Amino acid sequence: MKLIKTYTLEININGEWKKAEVSPDETLLYTLREKLGHTEVKEGCGKGDCGACAVLLDGKAVNACLTLALQAHKQKVITLKGIGTPENPHPLQESFVRHGAIQCGFCTAGMIVSAKALLDENARPTREEIKKAISGNLCRCTGYKKIIDAIEEASQKLRRTMNDKR
Amino acid sequence: MNEKTELKIIGKPVPRHDAWEKAFGLTTYADDFSIPGMLVGKVLRSQYPSAKIISIDTSRSERLHGVKAVLTAKDVPRNETVTRFGQTHTMGGGFEGLYRVLADKKVHFMGEAVALVAAETEEIAKTALDLIKVDYQPLPGVFDPIEAMKPDAPQVEEGKSNIITHYEVVKGNIEEGFSEADVIVENTYRVPFVDHAYLEPESGVAWIDENGVITIRVSTQVIEHFRGIADILNLPHNRVRVIGTYVGGGFGGKEDITVETFLALLTFKTGRPVKLAYTREESILCHSKRHPYVMVYKTGAKKDGRLTALQAKLVSDAGAYVYLSPWVLLYSMVDAAGPYQIPHVKVDGYTVLTNNTFTSANRGFGAPQVCFAYESQMGELARRLKIDPLQIRKINYLEKGEALATGQVLEHHVALKETTDKASQGLGEKSSATENKKIGQGIASGMTSYGRMVFLHDTSRSYVSVELDGSVTIRTGIQDIGGGQASSLCQIVAEILGVPLGDIKIYIGDTALTPLAGTTTATRQLYMSGNATLMAAQEVRKTLLKKAGEMMRIDPERLDLVDREVVDTEGSGKSLSLIEVVKACASDGLPLYHVALFKAPFRNLTEYERIEGQVFPDFTFGTHAAEVAVDEETGKVEVLKLISSFDVGRAINPLSAVGQLEGGAIYGMGYGLTEEMIIEKGVILTPSLSEYLLPTSMDVPDVETILIESGDGVGPFGAKGVGEPSVCSVAPAIANAVCDAIGVRIFDLPLTPEKIVKAIKEKKEVR
Repeated sequence: MKLIKTYTLEININGEWKKAEVSPDETLLYTLREKLGHTEVKEGCGKGDCGACAVLLDGKAVNACLTLALQAHKQKVITLKGIGTPENPHPLQESFVRHGAIQCGFCTAGMIVSAKALLDENARPTREEIKKAISGNLCRCTGYKKIIDAIEEASQKLRRTMNDKR
Repeated sequence: MNEKTELKIIGKPVPRHDAWEKAFGLTTYADDFSIPGMLVGKVLRSQYPSAKIISIDTSRSERLHGVKAVLTAKDVPRNETVTRFGQTHTMGGGFEGLYRVLADKKVHFMGEAVALVAAETEEIAKTALDLIKVDYQPLPGVFDPIEAMKPDAPQVEEGKSNIITHYEVVKGNIEEGFSEADVIVENTYRVPFVDHAYLEPESGVAWIDENGVITIRVSTQVIEHFRGIADILNLPHNRVRVIGTYVGGGFGGKEDITVETFLALLTFKTGRPVKLAYTREESILCHSKRHPYVMVYKTGAKKDGRLTALQAKLVSDAGAYVYLSPWVLLYSMVDAAGPYQIPHVKVDGYTVLTNNTFTSANRGFGAPQVCFAYESQMGELARRLKIDPLQIRKINYLEKGEALATGQVLEHHVALKETTDKASQGLGEKSSATENKKIGQGIASGMTSYGRMVFLHDTSRSYVSVELDGSVTIRTGIQDIGGGQASSLCQIVAEILGVPLGDIKIYIGDTALTPLAGTTTATRQLYMSGNATLMAAQEVRKTLLKKAGEMMRIDPERLDLVDREVVDTEGSGKSLSLIEVVKACASDGLPLYHVALFKAPFRNLTEYERIEGQVFPDFTFGTHAAEVAVDEETGKVEVLKLISSFDVGRAINPLSAVGQLEGGAIYGMGYGLTEEMIIEKGVILTPSLSEYLLPTSMDVPDVETILIESGDGVGPFGAKGVGEPSVCSVAPAIANAVCDAIGVRIFDLPLTPEKIVKAIKEKKEVR
C-alpha cells in the first residue's frame, strides 16, 4: 500500500468550523460526504459534468468533485443544509417545493446552491440569466421549466423581503 | 364516496411531502446510508465485448491485506437463473431470459461483471480489482442485429440462435391494402442506444440482520427482485429483504437487478455490511440501454388521406442478454401501427442478441421507437398528398369502441382529436425566419399503454389504518422514483378519510414490512397501487361511518368525512370528531385498518408468436407539437416551442402530472436531438455526461402542457398514467418540424447537426 501524507484541513461548513485529516489528492466532495457527514452533497458523475455536488466556496458555486479538499482550507463552505432548514427555510427551498421543481430530488442540492450563488450576485435575474446560472446543473426529471419558475419566484420574494427591511 | 361531495384534495396542486425533505437535504438516498464496520464492494468488469475466459487468478488479490472476499462465478450458489421483473406469474414463451450473475466461461459484452471484491477501504478494493488476473481469448463478436440474424453469424450464447423472439401482428390482407392505395411511402428508420442518465448512479448497502436475514437497502424500481436474489443464494425467499430508498431517477434503468445481487453475495460471504456504489462511467458501461431499432415502414393511403395499409418490419438490438427485450418488442408490436384505423396491417418484429451492452426498459418501453417511425410516415404522407398534417391524422384516428390491429378494443375515451387540436392551437402562428434560420412546425400523436401486460396477472396491495389519535398510516410496497408515487397515494387517502395531508404518514418499499405493491415501472403505480389504496381507504371509511351512524343515529349514507370530522351532509348540522369515532371503533374491536388487493385484468397467452386480443389494461393518448429554428449552415436545431397535450384521465396532483409531461417532453427532446450512446464494435465511446449529451437548461424551451381530463382512465378517480406516455411522440414532432423547416426528411435519430447539414446538401445536389 502506498502511504500518502495527510494534512489537517480546517474548514467552516455552514457556519461551523470542522477539522478533518485529508490527503492532498482528496476531493472536497469526498471529504464532505465520507468524513464530515454532509451527504446532502451528491455525487452524480465525479467529473464536473452534472453539478449535483455544487457547494458555495467563499460565496462562489463550485463543483465539489473538481475541488481538492485542501483548496478549501480555512475557507467557508455552504451546502444545501446551510442555505435553509425546515425551521428557517430559504425562499428558494420553499419555491422549489411549491412549484414542483423537485421530482427525484437528486439534482436539487446542486441546483439550489447554483441558484443561491446567482441571487447573491444578481437580485433581479432574467430567465436567460437563470438558465445560464444553472446550465452546469443537469436535471433529468423536470425539464427545467419549474426550476426556472421557482428561482424566478424566489428572487421576487427575496427582493420584497429586502424592500420590507428597508 | 358520497356523490354529492366535491373532491377536496384530489385535483389540487399540493406540494409533495418528499419534496420538502429533498429541499432540505434530509432524504437519505441509497449511497447516503452507512453502517459501522461496512466494507466497500467493487466489481471487475470485462474489457472485451466477446472473449473466452481461459482462467481467472484471484490469489494475489485475496492475499492483499484488508480484502475480505474475492468472488467469481464458481462462488455463486446459483449463478444462472431466469430474469424476472417482480411478476408473480410465469409467462413462458421466451419471456423469461437468462440471468447470469457473473461471467463464467465467456464474456458477452464489454462491462459484463466477472468478479466481485469486498475490502476494508475503497483504495484497497480498487487495488484488489487490479490484482485479479483474467486471461481472455478474444472471440469474434457480432454488433449489428441485422448481421446477427444471419445463420452464419457468431452466436452470442453458444448453441442458441441470436434471434430471441419473432412476433407478428396480422390484420386483413396486406397486399389488398396496398393495391387499394393511391400513394405508398416506404422508408427505413433507425433509432440509437439511449441511456437513462438518472442523476443518481446505482448504489446500495447490504447487511445481515440479527435474525440472519440478508437485508439490502438499494435504489431500485423493483424491490420484488428479492425472490430472484434469494434464488441466487439458494435461500428461502423470506430470508432476503429488500428496502427501496427514494430513487434518484429510474426511467426504467433501475428495473433490472443492478447492485443488489452483488451486495447480497458479498455480505453473505463476509458476514459484514457492504456498500457498493457505481461511478457514472461504470453505470453507463454496465446498465441497460434503450433498444436501438431498425424499422422498415410501408404505409399506403387513398388520395383523401385515408390509410389503407401499413406494413412494418422491426428489428431491435437486445445486446448480450435477453432481459426485457421480448417485452419491449411486444409493446412495439401493439403500438406499431399507431393510433390509427387501418384496414390492413402486417407487422413483423424481431429482437436479436448481439455483443453490445444489453438493452432493456427505458421510459416508453418500445413505444417511442415505433412512434418515431409511424408519425414520420404520417408526415411523409401528408407531404406527398398535400394534406394538412392535422387533417390526415384526424380522419384516421381510432375512436373509443374501435380496435387496434391486434384486435384489442379501446374501451375508454380516446382523446386524440382534442389533444391534436389543442396542441396545434398551442403552437400558434409560425415565427418568422431569418436569413440562415428556417422555421418549421410539426406535430405527432402517440399511444402508450399504462399498466403491465395482462398476461402478467398484475396485482398490488396497500394497507391503510387510522391510529387512535386520528392520524393515518399507509403501508405499501411501492418504490418512489421521483414521480410523486408516494404522495399521490397520500392524497387519495386524505380525500377518502377527510384528513389533511399532514396527518398521513406513508411507509413504502420494504419487502418484509409493506404489503407488496409490484414494480414502479410500466406507468402502473398510480393505476395499480392507487386503486389498491383507494379500496383500502374506502373499507376503513365504511367502518368509521357505520360506527358514526350508530353514534349519531343517522343513516351512514348521509355521512361524510371532512376535516377530521364526521358530518351530516343533509344539513342537520350534526357532527362528530374523527377521534371520537376512532376510539369507539377501537373499544368495539372493529378493524381500523384494511389491506386491499387490486387486480388488473388477467388473460393468458395461448399463442406466443401472433399478438392478438387484449394485451394492456388501457392506453394514454396525447399529441406533441414543436416549432424549431434550423440553422442551415451549422445544422443546429433550436426548439422554440414544445407543446405537450394529453388526456391524463384525471390529474390527482396537477403539479405532478404537469411535472411528468414537462420532464417527459424534454426527455423526448433529448431522444430527438442529441442523445446517442455510441457503441462501436461493442465498445461504448460516450461513457460520460460530457460525451452523452442531455438537454441542459440552455437548450430547452418553456414546455407548454395542456391537460385534458376525460375522467375515463382505469386508475383511481378515472386517472390515466402519464410517466411514460409523456415521452412518446416528442421526437417525431421535432422531426416533422425539422422536415417542415428544411424541406427534407431525416430518418435516423438523433437529428444531429451533421445529419441535417448533409441532408440539406444532398437536397441541393438533387436539384
